[in-house]
Amino acid sequence: MSALPEDGPKDDVVLAARNVAKSYGSVHALKGVNFDIHRGQVTTLFGENGAGKSTLMKILSGVEQPTLGEIILDGEPVVFASSSQARDRGISIIHQELSLAPNMNVRDNIFMGREIMTATGVDFAEEERQTRLLMAELEEDIDPLTPVEDLRLGQQQIVEIARALSVNSRILIMDEPTSALSASEVEVLFKVIHDLTGRGVSIVYISHHLEEALQITHHAVVLRDGTMTAYAERKDIDLEWIVRHMVGDNFDLGSPPTGYEMGEVSLKIEGLKVPDPGGAGYSVVDDMSFSVRAGEIVCIYGLMGAGRTELLESVAGRLAATAGKVLLKGRDITGQSIAECIRDGLVLVPEDRQRDGLVQTMTVGRNLSLASLGAFTRGLFTSAAREAGLVGAAIRKVHIKTDGGAAEIGSLSGGNQQKVVIGKMLATEPEVILLDEPSRGIDIGAKAEVFKLLAERARQGLAVVYTTSEVGECLSIAHRIIVMRRGRISAEFGPDATKEQIMAASGEAVHAH
Amino acid sequence: MSVTPAIDTKATTNGSKRKKSFVELLFEGRAFFALIAIVVVFSLMSPNYFTVSNFLIMASHVAIFGLLAIGMLLVILNGGIDLSVGSTLGFAGVVAGFLMQGVTLPQFGIILYPSVWVVVILTCLLGAAVGAVNGVLIAYLRVPAFVATLGVLYVARGLALLMTNGLTYNNLGGRPELGNTGFDWLGFNRLAGVPIGVLVLFVFAVVCHVLLTRTAFGRWLYASGGNERAAELSGVPVKRVQIIVYMLCGMCAAVAGLVLSSQLTSAGPTAGTTYELTAIAAVVIGGAALTGGRGTVIGTMLGAFVIGFLSDGLVIIGVSAYWQTVFTGAVIVTAVLLNSIKYGRR
Repeated sequence: MSALPEDGPKDDVVLAARNVAKSYGSVHALKGVNFDIHRGQVTTLFGENGAGKSTLMKILSGVEQPTLGEIILDGEPVVFASSSQARDRGISIIHQELSLAPNMNVRDNIFMGREIMTATGVDFAEEERQTRLLMAELEEDIDPLTPVEDLRLGQQQIVEIARALSVNSRILIMDEPTSALSASEVEVLFKVIHDLTGRGVSIVYISHHLEEALQITHHAVVLRDGTMTAYAERKDIDLEWIVRHMVGDNFDLGSPPTGYEMGEVSLKIEGLKVPDPGGAGYSVVDDMSFSVRAGEIVCIYGLMGAGRTELLESVAGRLAATAGKVLLKGRDITGQSIAECIRDGLVLVPEDRQRDGLVQTMTVGRNLSLASLGAFTRGLFTSAAREAGLVGAAIRKVHIKTDGGAAEIGSLSGGNQQKVVIGKMLATEPEVILLDEPSRGIDIGAKAEVFKLLAERARQGLAVVYTTSEVGECLSIAHRIIVMRRGRISAEFGPDATKEQIMAASGEAVHAH
Repeated sequence: MSVTPAIDTKATTNGSKRKKSFVELLFEGRAFFALIAIVVVFSLMSPNYFTVSNFLIMASHVAIFGLLAIGMLLVILNGGIDLSVGSTLGFAGVVAGFLMQGVTLPQFGIILYPSVWVVVILTCLLGAAVGAVNGVLIAYLRVPAFVATLGVLYVARGLALLMTNGLTYNNLGGRPELGNTGFDWLGFNRLAGVPIGVLVLFVFAVVCHVLLTRTAFGRWLYASGGNERAAELSGVPVKRVQIIVYMLCGMCAAVAGLVLSSQLTSAGPTAGTTYELTAIAAVVIGGAALTGGRGTVIGTMLGAFVIGFLSDGLVIIGVSAYWQTVFTGAVIVTAVLLNSIKYGRR
C-alpha cells in the first residue's frame, strides 16, 4: 500500500481534510479521514455505498460541518458554515441530481440568484454574452437561450459545470457525474474535465464505474466504513487494487442457512418484461426468468439502473409488465394488485423506507400492523387487543428496539425503522418476501441483524429474494446470486463465488458503455 | 467475527419523555383551552352568554359548520382539500326544496310529492354523487384536489342557481294531505331540549370518530394521508379510499344543507357561500395537518365550537361584524402557527 498523505499539506494541495470525523447521533459516518485535493488534478474517491463518500464531499463543500477535524484551504484552516461560503472560496459541488430549473433557459440557470443588474433591470445581453463565452471555453455548442429541459442530460451537466466556472470555482466536486450519461456524453465530459485540469481547476470525482474513473484520475482514495483504507497515485494502481481496498475483509454478515430441505418452487418468473416507468420506451427488465424455492435465499446484484427495483416492483404488483408471467406456488398472479399479492403471500419491502415504507405520521405499532389490518378486524371493527398482540409479536420477532408500539416512528434509528418495514410485511405471514436493498442506509450491526432474521425465516420455509449493490452482501446469506445487468441476467453464482467475479458480471469493473 | 447489535440510545432516552410536561399538555389541548377561554371571557362580559338556552342556540349554529368540518376533516386527513362543500350545501338545499315542491312528470300527467324521508335520502345521495365527481377527478384523472373541487364549487353553485333561476324556495312545510310534512323537524324540533341539528352533528361526530379509530377504513385513511406510497405498498386501496372520502364529505355537506334549509325554512341557491373556508378553519384549529395524516374528530369539533362560540359571543357583546371577521382570521392564523410549531419540531 502506498503511504497515506502526510500531516502537513504539500505545495500543490489546494484543499485538505485532516482527521475529519462526522457522526449522526450514534452513527459514525466518517471516522477521522485525511484527504488531499491537488491543484489541477483529478482525485477520485472510491468506496461502496455507505462508505462515507457523500458525507466527506458534503463536508468539503460546506453543506455539513465536521464533528471533529479541520479543513485546510491553501494551507490555512477554514470553517465553512454553509455551501455558499464554500462557493465564495471557490469550491463547488455538482450533485448526482442536478440542481437546475428545467423550465428556465441556460443563461438564466447560470446566473440564477446573482443576476447582473443594471438600473433598468437584468442585463440579459451581458449575461448571454458571458454564457456564450463559457460555452465556448467548454467547447460546447449550447445556445444560452435553450430551455434546460430541452437539453440532454449530458448537456445539462455541462451547464452545471459552466455555472460552477462562472463563479470562478477552483475546486469542482462531481458526485457520480456519469451514472446517467451515454458513452459519447461521457467522452465529452472527460474532455471537459481534462481541459479544466489544464486550466488549474482541481476535480474531485466520485464514481461507481471504476474503470471509467481510472481513465481520468490522477489520485485514488479509497474509503470503507468511514475510514480511508488506501491512497495512491494513478501510476501505482490498477483495478484489482481498488476492488481489494473497497471491499476489504467484510464484516461477517452471516452465511447461507443450511441443514434443512428446501421446499417446492414458491416463486417462478417467466420472461418478465417491464417498460421504463419514466416512459422512455425501452424495457428496464428484459426477459427475466428465474425461480425461488421455499426456504431459499436469492440475492440479486446489480448496479444502479440495472432494473432490480423495477423487477421487484413488477413482481409485487406495483408496475405493470408488458410480457411474461409471475407464478406463486404454481398459480398465475401476473397483473394482480399489491393488495391481492399481499393476500396471496407475496410481499415487497421497498428500497426507500422513508418514501415508500413508513407512514411518518403514525406510531411504530400502527406502521407494523398496517399491512395486516384484516387479521385483527372482526366484522366492522378493529380489535385493539388483537392488534396489540400482533404488534408485540412483530416487535419481538424482528427485534425492534423501541419503547413499544406507541412510540413515534421518528424516534427509531434507521436500522430499527428498516426492521419496522420488514416486520410489517412479515406480519402478513407471507410465503415469499422480496426486499429491495434491505441494507440501504443502516449501519453494519443492523445489517447483520436483518440478514440473520431473514436466514431464520428462510429456515422456516420463507422464500427470500433481496437485492443489493454491495458485493459483500451477496456473499452472506444467499444460496444463489443472480447478477443483473441492463435488465437481464448476466450471470448466476453459488455462495462460493468471488467478489471479482460478481462485479465483473455486473459491468462494474468493465465500463458498461 | 461476531455480531454486536447496535444499541439504540434514542429509543431508550425517549422513555423519559413520555410524561408530558404542563406546557406540553396545554399545547396538546390548545383548542380545548381556547374554547374554555372564549366561554369564560364572554360569560364575564355578558350575562346572557352563559345560559343553557344561549348555548343551545349557538350549538345549532355550530351544527352546520360542524357537519361540514367533519367531512372536511376526512378529506384533509387524506391529504386533500374540498372547496366545494359550501356549494354542495347550497345545491343540496335547493334540490331538497325542489323535491318538496313536488316533481311534475308531464309524460304521466302527475305530480309526485316524495315524503320527507325520501327527500333526505335523495339529497344525501346527491351530496355523495357530487363527492364522487370530486373523487374520480382527483384519484383517477389526477386533477389536483384544489383545482378539481374549485371547479365543482362553481358548477354546483351554478346548478343551484339554474334550478331556481336565482330565487329561493320558501315553502318547505309540505301539506298534510300530500303526506310530505315534517321538513322543519330537522331545524326546529328538539329532543330532550336539544335541537335536532345538534343531535345530528353529535351522531355524525360519534360515527366518524368510530370510523377513524376503530375500523380498517380509518387506518387506511390515516395511512394514505400520511404516506400514500407506503400505504399502497402495504396493500391499502388508496384510490378507493380517496373516492370514498370525497363522497362522505359531499354527504356531510348535503346533510348540513338539509339542516340549514330546515332551520331557515327556505332553500336559497346562495346558501353556504364561503362556508368551505369556515370548515377548513375548524379542522385546522382542531389541530389537523393540511398535509394529511394527522387530525381527530374531537379536535375538529372543538375547532368548530371555537369558531362558532367566538363569533356568536362577539355578536352578543355587540362587536361589529367587521371586527368579528378580523378576530376569526386572527384565531385561524394563531392555530396554524401553533400547528406548524408542533409538527415542525420533529
